[in-house]
Amino acid sequence: MPELGRACLLLALGVCAYGIGASLYGVRRGRPEFALSGRHSVYALAGILTVAFAVLELAFLRSDFSFNTVADTSSTTTPTFYKAAAVWSSQEGSLLLWAWLLSLWSSLVLFLTRRRLREESAYATAILLGFAGFFVSLMIFYATPFATTNPAPADGVGLDPLLRHPSMMIHPPMLYSGYTLCIIPLAFGMGALIARKVDAEWIRATRHFALAAWLFLGVGIMLGARWSYSELGWGGYWGWDAVENASLMPWLTGTAFLHSLMIQEKRGMLKVWNVSLVLATGTLAIMGTFLVRSGILSSIHAFGGATLGVPFVVLIGVLIATSIYLVYTRRDMLASEHRLDSLLSRESIFLANNVVLVGLCFVIFWGTYFPLISEALTGHSASVGPPWFDRYTVPLALILVLLSGIGPVIAWRRATLANARRNFLVPLACALVVLVVLLASGISTGKPLAIAMFCCAAFVLGSVGQEYWRGTRLRRASSGEAPPLASLALVRRNRRRYGGYIVHIGIAVLFVGVAASSSFQHASELSLSPGQSTKVGAYTVRYVRPTGTITSKQDAAHTGATMSLGAVLDVSTGSHPARHVATLTPSEGFYDSGEPSQGSVGHLIGGQAVSHVSMDGGVTRDVWSAIAPDISTPRLLRVMNIANKTIPLVRPDEGMIALAVLVREYLKAPPPAQLHLIVSPLVLWIWIGGLIVLGGALIAAWPAPSAVRQRVRVGVRSADDRLDRPPASPERGLARV
Amino acid sequence: MAALLTLVLLAAVIAVVGWPLFSRRRASAPESADRAELQSAREAKYREIRDAELDYRMGKLSREDFEAVDASLRAEALVILDGLEALDAGSPAADAQKPAD
Repeated sequence: MPELGRACLLLALGVCAYGIGASLYGVRRGRPEFALSGRHSVYALAGILTVAFAVLELAFLRSDFSFNTVADTSSTTTPTFYKAAAVWSSQEGSLLLWAWLLSLWSSLVLFLTRRRLREESAYATAILLGFAGFFVSLMIFYATPFATTNPAPADGVGLDPLLRHPSMMIHPPMLYSGYTLCIIPLAFGMGALIARKVDAEWIRATRHFALAAWLFLGVGIMLGARWSYSELGWGGYWGWDAVENASLMPWLTGTAFLHSLMIQEKRGMLKVWNVSLVLATGTLAIMGTFLVRSGILSSIHAFGGATLGVPFVVLIGVLIATSIYLVYTRRDMLASEHRLDSLLSRESIFLANNVVLVGLCFVIFWGTYFPLISEALTGHSASVGPPWFDRYTVPLALILVLLSGIGPVIAWRRATLANARRNFLVPLACALVVLVVLLASGISTGKPLAIAMFCCAAFVLGSVGQEYWRGTRLRRASSGEAPPLASLALVRRNRRRYGGYIVHIGIAVLFVGVAASSSFQHASELSLSPGQSTKVGAYTVRYVRPTGTITSKQDAAHTGATMSLGAVLDVSTGSHPARHVATLTPSEGFYDSGEPSQGSVGHLIGGQAVSHVSMDGGVTRDVWSAIAPDISTPRLLRVMNIANKTIPLVRPDEGMIALAVLVREYLKAPPPAQLHLIVSPLVLWIWIGGLIVLGGALIAAWPAPSAVRQRVRVGVRSADDRLDRPPASPERGLARV
Repeated sequence: MAALLTLVLLAAVIAVVGWPLFSRRRASAPESADRAELQSAREAKYREIRDAELDYRMGKLSREDFEAVDASLRAEALVILDGLEALDAGSPAADAQKPAD
């Protein structure tokens, strides 16, 4: 059905063009029916792109190799699980996913705001359709997912083996959801500027979408980190790769926005700052998409050789120029309605937090884009590596974690020194205890930044813990509930506040994992033969025996490798006697290259070799291992040469028998294998921290129960007569905690 | 088959996009948009009042500061409520009474 797919794209472009015209005509000429028709265009677009996406997904699941995209990124031997995900492993398919997700989120936001923000949403509709139209145009003119070849090839190239990992099923849709959701606040921010309605209403209407963008980007980043750690054979979770950075930057500015929007909501301040953050976040999301799709990067995350650079550069240029023009021409109405009451207030802490987050973003932006700009201008490739990033980001991360502990214990508007002193006592004591314990244990010698991070994290846990303790106590006093119930009710009734605090705990826990695993890691890369052993940190790793499997359909890791060679490793600790800790089975998968020039048997394992990591994870440490078996010994090469000469290309079944012989020879006299062994403390806490952040964000995003809103409403309505006199008694609160 | 499906899709798109232009039910009246905005502002103000009270009861605000903050927030909430009541009464003054937030 490629014709239906192509028709969908043309129809989608027509709908985008009509919707932009109808929305602008409706809002400019005061014809709401046209503005409504424009909004309906977005709903129609979502329907059209859903059909287009379904056509492509079906082609992948049915292995319809007449579609060029399917032939390039899937094959009959690709497991079904990964066939479904292969749609977004190609440039064309991922563009369709991007446009489809954007249309879905746009439909949702426009439906939810259908009775609000009349003017702003009409302009936002036009902007959202403009973005969708841009991506649909790319699919029509540059990279169509529905291009076909006749006659269709018998089989496809197959999905890149590195992408055959469960998290790769979800990682791209999460990131794309984050990127596309970043466009929603941008469109409404621009709409508010164009309509000259820059109060907090557009922020309130799109706050949940900004939070969702932040959440999806965060989940996408964590899944990417997890994939990197457990799939790529280098043993790290973050390598400051340009594409990783591209997803982190809008997350950082989004984090800043989620904090500073509260100041605009509460005080009518920071309007220029907020709208700039929203525009920057949306622009960074587009720039991240540009990095992956422009072909200027050769990263595992990027689509190499792509030709979409020029259209993206034009889009980014227009976006930046329009943003600057709108903010500059509306600067008068963006003036703050209030000033800071006190430097000792939550507003001040949020401002500091914003400065640090934007500073972090700037450092990463410079480190990511400077090499590209430098190469474009001078022709010489330059790059900055992890040490450069660490030099600037680690101190900023320390300040950020510290601020996330200070914020919760400072009141809005004004706080007194006496109150601040009292509230800082417990967090400071927690940090001090951790410092003393670390210094006394002696494990942290020479690692001042790691010590500082542990102390900052303890400060955050103390600060947030104190908040929960006091809140629960108040709740118990007013309701008489048992502590666990009171604690749950406290969070339930103050979801935004306590959800945010849970996010702070998650961030602190995550950074403890990062600091520990990067500062106290033991790593070893060496060549071992069966029977030999080596020391890694406190552990002894012994190469027990080699392993090998052959299957044309599925290997042990279910990724479709033709041949897997690996090792059984015994991990023990202590020596008198040694205590068995774990058995690890790292392997390397060899894949069919589909390249006949490598020989009738050689091509079966001539594709990319992919490491399948094996690790023993725990609460205190991970023992991580990867192996690179040597199959280039003269004996194994001789077996391969004979097989290539004697077995015809059209008999892959005989080729598999030859591979079985090769594996038997390898197991009979295994050559030394290259092993990469790492012992990292507290890595698990990075993932636990990420899950805590996710949980906190979901709590914060969940709407407050109506009973809570009702209680406050009654209180305010009955307080009309209090306008002219101070409250009789604050203890007679309007709402229970 | 593909041509037929395309035609069905085209008809559906025309129906969805064209419906507001030909339907008797027009876009939401301006007043309902104002009401929704005021209701949203009211919820946000209620949340602020609760936050300030929680801050006071948890020892982050002195009594004097809390009283000042609370009185100011309640005054702002009442302006919003007045705006909503004006809308209920069908008064055109609603727009004028919308808080600056």
